[in-house]
Amino acid sequence: MGASQTRTEDVFQELSDKTGFSLEQIRILHRRFRQLSGDEDTISKENLEKIQALDKNPIRNQIIEAFFDKRNQNDGEVGSSREIGFQQFVKVMCHFKPPTLKMTTEDKEAMRREKLRFLFNMHDTDNDGTITLDEYRKVVEELLSKSGAIGLEAAKAIADAAMLEVASINVPHMEPHEFYEGITFEHFEQILKGLEMESRMNIRFLDVDTSTMHCGKSQ
Amino acid sequence: MALSCQPLGSFPPRLSVCVLLIVFVAAASASHDAPQDGTHDPTNVTHKKGFPVLLFNYDHVRTPFEISLWILLALLMKLGFHVIPRVSQVVPESCLLIVVGLLVGGFIKAIGEKAPALDDTLFFLYLLPPIILDAGYFLPVRPFTENVGTILVFAVVGTLWNAFFMGGVMYGVCQLEGGQLASVDLLSCLLFGSIVSAVDPVAVLAVFEEIHINELLHILVFGESLLNDAVTVVLYHLFKEFSAVGTVTVLDGVLAVVCFFVVSLGGLLVGAIYGVLGAFTSRFTSHTRVIEPLFVFLYSYMAYLSAEVFHLSGIMSLIACGVTMRPYVEANVSHKSYTTIKYFLKMWSSVSETLIFIFLGVSTVAGPHAWNWTFVVVTVVLCLVSRVMGVIGLTYVINKFRIVKLTKKDQFIVAYGGLRGAIAYSLGFLLPDHPMKTLFLTAIITVVFFTVFVQGMTIRPLVELLAVKKKMETRRSINEEIHTQFLDHLLTGIEGVCGHYGHHHWKDKLNRFNKTYVKRWLIAGERSMEPQLISFYNKMEMRQAMMMVESGSSAKLPGLISMQNIQPKVESRGRTIPKISKGREEEIRRILRSNLQQTKQRLRSYSRHDLFADPFEDMNENLSEMRFRKQRVEMERRMSHYLTVPANRQETPPVRRVRFESDDQESSRESSGVRARNVGPNSSPADAISVLEESPPLRPNRRSDGGARRSAEHGAPATDDDDDDAEEEKGEPQTQARRVSDPGPN
Repeated sequence: MGASQTRTEDVFQELSDKTGFSLEQIRILHRRFRQLSGDEDTISKENLEKIQALDKNPIRNQIIEAFFDKRNQNDGEVGSSREIGFQQFVKVMCHFKPPTLKMTTEDKEAMRREKLRFLFNMHDTDNDGTITLDEYRKVVEELLSKSGAIGLEAAKAIADAAMLEVASINVPHMEPHEFYEGITFEHFEQILKGLEMESRMNIRFLDVDTSTMHCGKSQ
Repeated sequence: MALSCQPLGSFPPRLSVCVLLIVFVAAASASHDAPQDGTHDPTNVTHKKGFPVLLFNYDHVRTPFEISLWILLALLMKLGFHVIPRVSQVVPESCLLIVVGLLVGGFIKAIGEKAPALDDTLFFLYLLPPIILDAGYFLPVRPFTENVGTILVFAVVGTLWNAFFMGGVMYGVCQLEGGQLASVDLLSCLLFGSIVSAVDPVAVLAVFEEIHINELLHILVFGESLLNDAVTVVLYHLFKEFSAVGTVTVLDGVLAVVCFFVVSLGGLLVGAIYGVLGAFTSRFTSHTRVIEPLFVFLYSYMAYLSAEVFHLSGIMSLIACGVTMRPYVEANVSHKSYTTIKYFLKMWSSVSETLIFIFLGVSTVAGPHAWNWTFVVVTVVLCLVSRVMGVIGLTYVINKFRIVKLTKKDQFIVAYGGLRGAIAYSLGFLLPDHPMKTLFLTAIITVVFFTVFVQGMTIRPLVELLAVKKKMETRRSINEEIHTQFLDHLLTGIEGVCGHYGHHHWKDKLNRFNKTYVKRWLIAGERSMEPQLISFYNKMEMRQAMMMVESGSSAKLPGLISMQNIQPKVESRGRTIPKISKGREEEIRRILRSNLQQTKQRLRSYSRHDLFADPFEDMNENLSEMRFRKQRVEMERRMSHYLTVPANRQETPPVRRVRFESDDQESSRESSGVRARNVGPNSSPADAISVLEESPPLRPNRRSDGGARRSAEHGAPATDDDDDDAEEEKGEPQTQARRVSDPGPN
């Protein structure tokens, strides 16, 4: 028992150094991981699908898929895993870390790019490096899916208008016969520049870094 | 300097300003002399005088006349500042207005009249509400709720700290100084501290409006200025009551804390109730659109007054009312009412703000003053010091709880932006005849002047110097809206995976509650079910459409991106032209080409031999030129839409339909139809195809009356019946010409 515990602690320490989370945060995440996996070492899609909080979420499937997407592991691999271990779980959670006060502008830019990359991967389901009109339409449809019956036409119109906007911002002068292939990552960055992802795409929970703070917070 | 660039013949602005001042002062003084004239008349009646052609009776219009004159003066001043460009860039408007007020006050005093002072009824009941309503109604809710914790801490704890620190230190200084100040007791000092410690929304708005800093800082300072009203009200009343009595017990302290919660939450509740009432009323106004804006204004004002009745926080009530009402009202009211509301609010708040600053200047000159160097200087210094200490201390604590920490630059701006303004002055004015009242008033005025002038003027260069992030001016795009919503759901989902019920979880729950229950009650008709993304999209489309119509030119024309750039693949996929043999294809093409030529010939012959001149060509030339531009846009849009949507059999090409509709239907596409025809030979394949659409369907309508709508089924080009049609077509060119000459009153 003792040996395995120290081993786990070492693993945690290693993870903490690699990802930038504090030890406490890694421990909390591990607890949650065990809860989700039913005390196993890996979780599969079924484990995540059981989460009640995700039931009403319109983009539930994309979120679950994102955990298993190999692109988010930054290993250079593509495709989708069937199960993930704790390390991969933490890696995905890494994308939601807030910026610290000590970060320089370059660090913030890098963080922003990483978060945008995560979003891009969520949209680009066929991994061809661009978000085509169909993929974008799917995104909007999913967003509007739980909002009641508005019909696919509205979703299509919105997605078309959005695509038009991306094209006009990034490639202002196109001949009528030219074809805008799809949103590349650079264009994606460009259009979402105003949103300041590094400040918005964060989870507060991960901000807790002293042990006294999580007393009373539900797990 | 500015005079040299004035166009010839225009009145130099500075001279006109002076003239206005003199005119105004003369009128103001004349108003005081007027009463005497009225009394002469009765005595003259007994003599046999002629019928009085001209009478002077100023008395009964006096009050509205003076009010109007003041407001007119204020607005002319505002105009004047913008005519002199250099000054308005360096000095914020509020400073200039105070200076004008000082001048006017000086004039009035010089003449020996009594200048009107900024009395508290006028200020709190008439001048303040429009500004707060404007701020509350247009409060950016998202940044506000994201930072509400920080804002509350600054507002409540910060103001308390300021009040007590200042009161305490002032007391100490007074005791040390002795002399005139020795009689100032602790409670009076605390009262003074509570008056002067609150950040003023009017001053903050006035100054921050012009520097355009980023949203976060703006909402922090501004939100604080709004929410500290509750604290100010409680402290003020507490100390006012007890400075008369002389002591404060612990029980009183506890009661004060309870009072604080009652005041703030009560104010919010009153505001929310009126907000819901207003939203509910707006649900039924679809038949009386004209009075819609009035409901918004009146319900909000009632919220303010009702809160004031119970000594609750009127400002918080007003804010709550505006914020609650807004999403539902905007979904219910017409676009024109929305514009009216927006402009009226901006107008009133602008006038109020101007008047407040001018009156501040006038009151300074008018009011009794008791200058004490120590007191005043210490007050000013203490204000700054306590503010800085408060902000730094609180930020240290707050940053532990914030995701995005506040940097030193942010802290500096928050501290430096803590301006005091007219509220502090009015509260001082409200003091019952306290022995130290004039002393306090003088000190308050000095602090206000210092913050508005010194801090107001220097904050802009400082913002530039420190390279503080500015506000992004661009309007939100549809992509940003999509991704904001996407992010919301994503973060809620991730929180769910983490098992943490945080900020996003509760926001999501609130949204869902709002959607299922509240919206159904408060929004009329089917808009209650409309998701936010769709309403945003509709608004955007409408805005773009209006912009297009207004500009009259085609902003979205090809050369820029249009739908066909995005989906040519779809186009090729969707336009499955049925496979026919090469020979057939050639034949059809030949037939159609000749048809096209025939059609054009018919057109030409029509115009040459026809008795009636083409009205579009001659009479309405200019009009249709303008309309043409507009409709060309429409047409391009339709055509490109047509290209990308698979050839639907039901769909009638707009160009085609035009030919056979009578003119008095005033289809706007008519002129474009005529034009499009003439464009024929040079057109892109798109045009040819749509023209192609025209020829076959001529057949069924030949027998019907001119102006009949074409029946829809025969839209598909290149069907097997084509050669039959072609034969018939060739055989009856004359009928065609007659048909063509029929439509409407040419």
